[in-house]
Amino acid sequence: MHLYNLTLQPPTAVTQAVVGNFSGARTQEIIISHGTRLELLRPDVQTGKLSTVIATDVFGSIRSLAAFRLTGSTKDYAIVGSDSGRIVILDYDSKTSSFVKLHQETFGKSGARRIVPGQYLATDPKGRSVMIAAVEKAKLVYILNRDAASNLTISSPLEAHKNNAIIHNIVGLDVGFENPLFAALEVDYSESDQDPTGEAFNTAEKMLTYYELDLGLNHVVRKWSEPTDPRANLLVQVPGGQVASSDRFDGPSGVLVCCEDHIIYRHMDRPQHRVPIPRRKHPLGDPTRGIIIVAAVMHKMKGAFFFLLQSEDGDLFKVTIDHEEDEVKALKVKYFDTVPVASSLCILKSGFLFVVAESGNHHLYQFQKLGDDDDEPEFSSTSYPGHGMADPTAPLPHAHFRPRSLENLALADELESLNPVMDSKVMNVLPNSDTPQIFVACGRGSRSTFRMLRHGLDVEESVSSELPGIPNAVWTTKQRESDEFDSYIILSFVNGTLVLSIGETIEEVQDTGFLSSAPTLAVQQIGADALLQVHPHGIRHVLADRRVNEWRVPDRRTIVAATTNKRQVVVALSSAELVYFELDLDGQLNEYQDRKAMGSTVLALSVAEVPEGRQRTPYLAVGCEDQTVRIISLDPENTLETISLQALTAPPSAICIADMLDASINKAQPTTFVNIGLQNGVLLRTVLDPINGQLTDTRTRFLGTRPIKLLRVQIEQSPAILALSSRSWLNYTHQNLMHFTPLIFESLDYAWSFSAELSPEGFIGITGSVLRIFQIPKLGMKLKQDAIPLSCTPRKFISHPTNRFLYLIEGDHRVLGEDAIDRQLVQMRQAGKPIDEEVLHLPPEVFGRVKAPAGTWASAIRIIDPVEAKTVGIVHLDNNEAAFCLAVVPFAARGGELHLVVGTASDTYLAPRSCTSGFLRTYTFTQDGTGLELLHKTELDDVPLAVIAFQGRLVAGVGKALRLYEMGKKKLLRKVENKTFSSPIVTLNTQGSRILVGDMQDSIFYAVYKAPENRLLIFADDMQPRWTVAATMIDYCTVAASDRFGNIFVNRLDQKVSDQVDDDPTGAGILHEKGQLMGAPHKTKMLCHFHVGDLITSIHKVSLVAGGREVLLYTGLHGTIGVLVPFVSKEDVDFISTLEQHMRTGQISIVGRDHLAWRGYYTPVKAVVDGDLCETYARLPASKQSSIAGELDRTVGEVLKKLEQLRITASGF
Amino acid sequence: MSSELRYTANTQLEHLHARYTGTGHADLTKFEWVTHQHRDSLASIIGHPPLLSYLAIADGEAIGRLKFEMTERMLQPCGPPPRKDDD
Repeated sequence: MHLYNLTLQPPTAVTQAVVGNFSGARTQEIIISHGTRLELLRPDVQTGKLSTVIATDVFGSIRSLAAFRLTGSTKDYAIVGSDSGRIVILDYDSKTSSFVKLHQETFGKSGARRIVPGQYLATDPKGRSVMIAAVEKAKLVYILNRDAASNLTISSPLEAHKNNAIIHNIVGLDVGFENPLFAALEVDYSESDQDPTGEAFNTAEKMLTYYELDLGLNHVVRKWSEPTDPRANLLVQVPGGQVASSDRFDGPSGVLVCCEDHIIYRHMDRPQHRVPIPRRKHPLGDPTRGIIIVAAVMHKMKGAFFFLLQSEDGDLFKVTIDHEEDEVKALKVKYFDTVPVASSLCILKSGFLFVVAESGNHHLYQFQKLGDDDDEPEFSSTSYPGHGMADPTAPLPHAHFRPRSLENLALADELESLNPVMDSKVMNVLPNSDTPQIFVACGRGSRSTFRMLRHGLDVEESVSSELPGIPNAVWTTKQRESDEFDSYIILSFVNGTLVLSIGETIEEVQDTGFLSSAPTLAVQQIGADALLQVHPHGIRHVLADRRVNEWRVPDRRTIVAATTNKRQVVVALSSAELVYFELDLDGQLNEYQDRKAMGSTVLALSVAEVPEGRQRTPYLAVGCEDQTVRIISLDPENTLETISLQALTAPPSAICIADMLDASINKAQPTTFVNIGLQNGVLLRTVLDPINGQLTDTRTRFLGTRPIKLLRVQIEQSPAILALSSRSWLNYTHQNLMHFTPLIFESLDYAWSFSAELSPEGFIGITGSVLRIFQIPKLGMKLKQDAIPLSCTPRKFISHPTNRFLYLIEGDHRVLGEDAIDRQLVQMRQAGKPIDEEVLHLPPEVFGRVKAPAGTWASAIRIIDPVEAKTVGIVHLDNNEAAFCLAVVPFAARGGELHLVVGTASDTYLAPRSCTSGFLRTYTFTQDGTGLELLHKTELDDVPLAVIAFQGRLVAGVGKALRLYEMGKKKLLRKVENKTFSSPIVTLNTQGSRILVGDMQDSIFYAVYKAPENRLLIFADDMQPRWTVAATMIDYCTVAASDRFGNIFVNRLDQKVSDQVDDDPTGAGILHEKGQLMGAPHKTKMLCHFHVGDLITSIHKVSLVAGGREVLLYTGLHGTIGVLVPFVSKEDVDFISTLEQHMRTGQISIVGRDHLAWRGYYTPVKAVVDGDLCETYARLPASKQSSIAGELDRTVGEVLKKLEQLRITASGF
Repeated sequence: MSSELRYTANTQLEHLHARYTGTGHADLTKFEWVTHQHRDSLASIIGHPPLLSYLAIADGEAIGRLKFEMTERMLQPCGPPPRKDDD
C-alpha cells in the first residue's frame, strides 16, 4: 500500500502570535504560528476584519516566535525558534508575497529536546540582539546588526549557559541604548538532586537572573541574580531607557514577575512592588486555589504604557506603573474585561486587541476605552506594607473583583477555529446533497461546539423575491462604461423581457429601448455609453439618446446563441451560420461582410473580454452539436478562419473564455482559459495559447447532474467564472491561487454579477421563479461551518443506525456537576452563608465555570439532530460520574433491540488513574430516539474507556481488561475476560469475530472471540510500542491508527495467519502457540508511517466524492483535516515519489527542518508521499518547475494536472 | 557532575558529558536515569504544542497552567534521591 497525504484543512489552532510592520508599510500585521504553519494576517482598520495575506507550511514544529526591528528601521523581521536546532530570521517580501529566509544559524540537534534552544525567544527592544533558550541550561545570544549595504547581519552565538538550571521564561529588558540585558527565571536542581532529605528541594529558590550582552567586549555576563517568588512563571518587559532628545525616561525599566497569586515589579537594585492578582469571589470557588497569569502584553503609547495580563480564567487585568523618572512609585492592577483564555495577546496601534484563543475561535476586539475612569476597584502596591514586600514569603490578602460583560472591548471579528477537535464523523445526512458532511465535536469547556463542515463557500443572501413568471435568464448592466454600479436588471421570460431599474428601490421601467415583447439572449453595455440587446430576431443597439439601431435576422432564421463583449458581438443563427459584428471608432456596430457556415448547429459561443487598450479579442470559441469546440479567429488578417478544434465526449452546453491569474501556470500574467461545460455535467478547462490559438492542458471536473451553464463574473476586481449545474461552483483567483469551490446555496438556474452600492461584488440569480441577490463573504474558505453550542468538552459521539440523531458524551474535569452545585448551595443556605447570586449565574459560555478540585466532573449525554442543527435532548450525569465512551448495541438477548451503552466512572482521578467505581449505563431509546431511558447500571472495577457492539453483545475495555458482556435483567453479565493488557484499552474495532484492541501504550492488538470455548484470545500484536489515540479497521486484516506524537500508521496482519486463526474453531492453537518477543505469537507488519505534526484524534475510511474511491480521512487535535489517498497504480507511486524527492532536495523548509526527518520524526516515514510538499510545486519559480518536470520526463502542465487530479478525485476539494 | 564521572579517565568524554546533559554512562544509578528520563519527557511535552493541549484538555486546566506545572515538576520529577548506604 502506498498513500498520498493531503491536508484538506490546515491546523486552525494558534500557538503564538506576534505583531509588527512586516511588510514595511504603515499598517501593522500579525504573524501567527499554527504549530506547523506560519500565517500573516492583516487587519482592516476600517472594517475591523482580519484577512489572511499568506500562509505557508513550514514542515517543522514552531515553538517560539518573536518580532524585532533594527534601530531606525521601519520594517519588522520575525525570528522563529523551532525543533530544527536552528534559529531562522524571516522577512516578509510583499512583492512576491512570501516569507524569505534571511538567516539560518545552526546551533544544535533537531527535535524538541531539553537542552537544545528553541523553546524561548527574547529580543532586545532596540533590535540589537536576540536570546534563544532551551527548557534547561542552554541560552544563546546572537547580535543583530546591519552591514554597509544595510542588510541584516547576525553574529555567531554567544553562550549564556547555566548548568543544571531549568528555565521558566526569558525576556529582553528595555534599557534604551545601554548594553542589551536579558532576564531569565531559573531554578537550579543540582542541590535537590543530591539531597535525600528533600530539604534542598523544599528550599530551592527561583532566581531572576540578568544577563548582559557587552557589545564592546562581545560577550555575555551574568550581571545580577536574586531569588524571587518560588511560584513565578512569567516575565513581562517594562519600558525603560531615556529618550535621546530629552532626559525623560520612557519608564522605569525592569520586569514584571508574574507569580501564582501575585505580580511583582522587579529591577536590579530597586525596591520591589507587589500586588495580588484579583480573583473572582465565586460562592463555590476554592479560596485557596492559586491563580497564574497565562498571557501578557505590554503596550506603549505616547508618554505612557500599560500591561494587559490574563489569568487562567480568562480575566484581563490592566496593570499600570506610576513612576517618577526611573523610580517606581506604585504598581496598580485592576480588572479590565473577560475574554477567552489566550495563548497570545496582541495589541495593535489602531486600537485592536487580538486574542489568540487557546481553544475555539480567535477573537479580534476593538478598544472602546482603556478602563481609565470607571469605578472598578484598583489595587495598588502602596496600600500594602513595604509596597507589598514587607514579608515576601507571606501572601497578600485576597483582592476581589466582580466579573462583568465586556465594557472596555467590543468584538470586531472572529477567526473560526476547530481547535481542539475531539472526535468526528463523516456522513451524508442532508437531503439533496451528493457529498458527505464532516461532523466535528470541538472546543473545550463551556465554549465547546459541535460543528457541521460542508465543502463550499458560504453565501449570504440579501434579497429573495418571488417573480410573476419563471424567467430563464437574468442580466444586470451599467448604462455607461464609466459607471461604478449597475443600473438595470433584465429578466428574460419565454415570451418577453422585463427591465427593472436599480435605485432606492427596484422597479420596472419601460422606456429603456429594450424590446419587451421577445425573450432576450444577451445584454451588453457596449462602447462608451450604449446598450445592446440580442433577441431571437435581431440585435438592438440602444444609443445613449435612446435611438435604436436594429439589425434584423434574415427571414425564417433566428438567433440561437450569442456572445458579446465591450466591442464585439457574435451571433449564431439557426442555419448554423456565424455573424460577426464589431464596434468601429464612431460607436457604430458593423457586420463583417462574410458569414461563417459551421456545418453543425451551434450550441454555445464565447469571446473573452477585450484586453485593456486593445480593439478586440482575437479568438472566438464555438461549441457545436457534433461534439466539437472550435477556436475561430476574429483577427482582421484571417477573420472567421477556424484555428483549432477539440473533440468532446458530449455535446457542449456552455462555453466561457476568461483571462484568469493562475500562479501555477503563469505568475505574472493572467492565463486565457476556455471553460467548456458539457450537457452531462462535466466541465473541461483548457488553456488557450494566446499566440497560436491552440488548446492545451485540458482538465476535467464533474460538477453535477444538470447541463452546465457558465457565466463570467467579477471577484476582487478580476474575472471569475460561475458554473451552474445541480450545484453552483465558483472558479476564482484569491491570493494568486486558483480556487474552484461549490457554493452552499440552492441550485441556481441562471445568475449574473450584481454590483450596487450595498453589495459591490454581489450576484443575482434565479431559482424557479425566485429572484435572489447574494454575496460571498468569505472568499478563500473551503469549508463552511455551522455550530451548535455544547456545555462541556465533547469526548466522543456516535450515530444511530436507523434514526438520524447523533449521541454525544461531554464532560469536564475540575468542574462541578449540576447536582453537586445544588447540593453545595443547599448546604450553604442552611449554614446561613450569603450567596452572591449574580456571580453564581454568570453565563458560563463567556466566563467559564468555577474551578473545582481534581477528581470532580461534570458530564452529560446529549442528543443532537444534525439536520436541524440543534440539541433535542440531554441527560446530565449525577454523583460525580463522567462519561468516557459509548456504543449503540443491538443486544441479541433482547431480540436485537438497540440500546445505548455509556461507559462512565465516578470520582475519577487521572494521575494516577483511579475511580471509586466504573459503570456501564444501559439506555433504551424512547420517543423515536430523542429520549433515553436508563435500563440499568452495571458496576465495574475500573474506568471503561472503550465499548463496542459485538455479535449481539457488548465488548468493553474496562481499564486494562477486555470483557464481553451479555444483556441481563438487572445488569450486564460478564461472559469472558482477557486481562493480559499492560495499560488501559482506549480503542476497539471489530469485524466478524475479530476484535482490534488499541492499548494506551502498546499499540494495536488483534484478538479473536472463539464462541465454542468462550475464549477471548490475543493472537497478534505490534512490534513497536505506540501510544494509541485512534484506530480504524481498513479491512479484515489491516488497521490504520494514530499515536500521541502526531504519527499515523497502517499495520497489516499476514493473510496466512489470519486464515489460520479463523480456521481454528476453539482457539486452542493460539492458546498453546509460543509467544514472540514477550508478546503474542504473531506480529503485524507496518505498511505505512507518516508524521503529520498534529495529534490525530479520529480516522475514518470514507468516500468524499460521489462514486469516488475510499480514502482515509483524519482529524487532528489542532483542527487539521487531512486525507490519505491510496495510489492506484505503480506508475503514480513512482512519479509522485520522484517528484517529492525533487521537492525535498530543492526546497528546504523555512524553519530549516529537514523534510524527511520531519515526516519521519519518531519512525522513518514509510510508503506515504507528502502531498502538501508536492503541491508547493505550483508556487515554485517557472525555471525550477521546468527543471523538475524535465527530470521527470513530463511537462510542467502534466505535473500540475496530475497533482490537481489527485486532489480532486480523492477529495473533491 | 563529578562523582558520577569519577571513573571516567577520558577527559574528552567528561567534557562531552558536561556539554550534553542527560547523556548516560556506565555508573548511572537508577534514580539518575529515571530523573533524566522524566526531565526529557517533560521538556518534550512542553516543546510539542499538540501534546501539551491534549494533556491540558484531559486535565481540565489551561495550557499555560499545565506548561508551568510541568516546568516546575522538572525540578524533581521522581522525588528526592535515595539515601546512600555507605560512603
